[in-house]
Amino acid sequence: MIAVIEPTWYLLLSALLFSIGAVGLLIRRNPLVMVMCIELMLNAANLSFVALSVQLGNIDGQTAVFFVMVVAAAEAVVGLGILVSILRARPGATADDLAELKG
Amino acid sequence: MNATFIEYVVFFSAAVMILGGAIGVIAMKSPVHAALGLVLTLFGVAVQFVALGAHFVAVVQIIVYAGAIVVLFLFVIMLLGIDRTMDLQVEPIPLQRPLALVMGVGLVGLLGAAIVRARDSLAINPGTGLAVAGENAGHDANIQQLGASLYGDYVFALELASVLLIVAVTGTVLVTRRWPRSAGLGDGGQGGSDQ
Repeated sequence: MIAVIEPTWYLLLSALLFSIGAVGLLIRRNPLVMVMCIELMLNAANLSFVALSVQLGNIDGQTAVFFVMVVAAAEAVVGLGILVSILRARPGATADDLAELKG
Repeated sequence: MNATFIEYVVFFSAAVMILGGAIGVIAMKSPVHAALGLVLTLFGVAVQFVALGAHFVAVVQIIVYAGAIVVLFLFVIMLLGIDRTMDLQVEPIPLQRPLALVMGVGLVGLLGAAIVRARDSLAINPGTGLAVAGENAGHDANIQQLGASLYGDYVFALELASVLLIVAVTGTVLVTRRWPRSAGLGDGGQGGSDQ
């Protein structure tokens, strides 16, 4: 009985956050900032998970948030590792320059 | 039960933090400033988690996201020395920015319409299955319930998550390490790095 604010507000906030992250992923060219935008979208998903977990009285939503955080940490580590090795060979490369694997 | 005034104050302050930080991430020219905007957003989300009574998730949010992932971002920025500002006016594909904005507004509209429409179906007894600290259980009730769920129903997924983390760390070390023989591989790709 703790969430006395309606979950609709949390879900709307989460939708706004997700959309800002998606727009940022499309308009930014720095690959590092693009990974940050993915983190924004994952956080929006986490927010709606917790809001609905509290509203529906089911702890499984918070368990899902835990796993989302694990996957987000793994994704950040692998993505930044790849970025480090790419940017070390080609300093200042943007996402548009990284088309070498294209056939 | 109606929300009190102070709960609305907390919600909207944290919402301003979240949205302001998010806009900072996508609008700041310097990657360092973008990372600081990300910190603001992550703290705002943690405040919302506390307000919702999800205490363990809020603490993990602070420790893992703000404490580890953002520091990792800043570390990579400093390590590579790419903390100079980038020209945000360059548009690689014509009309990319307007189309992205249209997509964002459309996404907000679609999600918002679905959320508002689903509002009535959400109005069932809030929070009856959750142990809330200080109300119907002890102070560590949220952690106990989450732990019972993680190590009961989801113990297999938990083990897989640990495997995933080990594989991710090992793979990153392999990818990032400079092997002596492949030191010359970067020479061929210098042509495309001009800005």
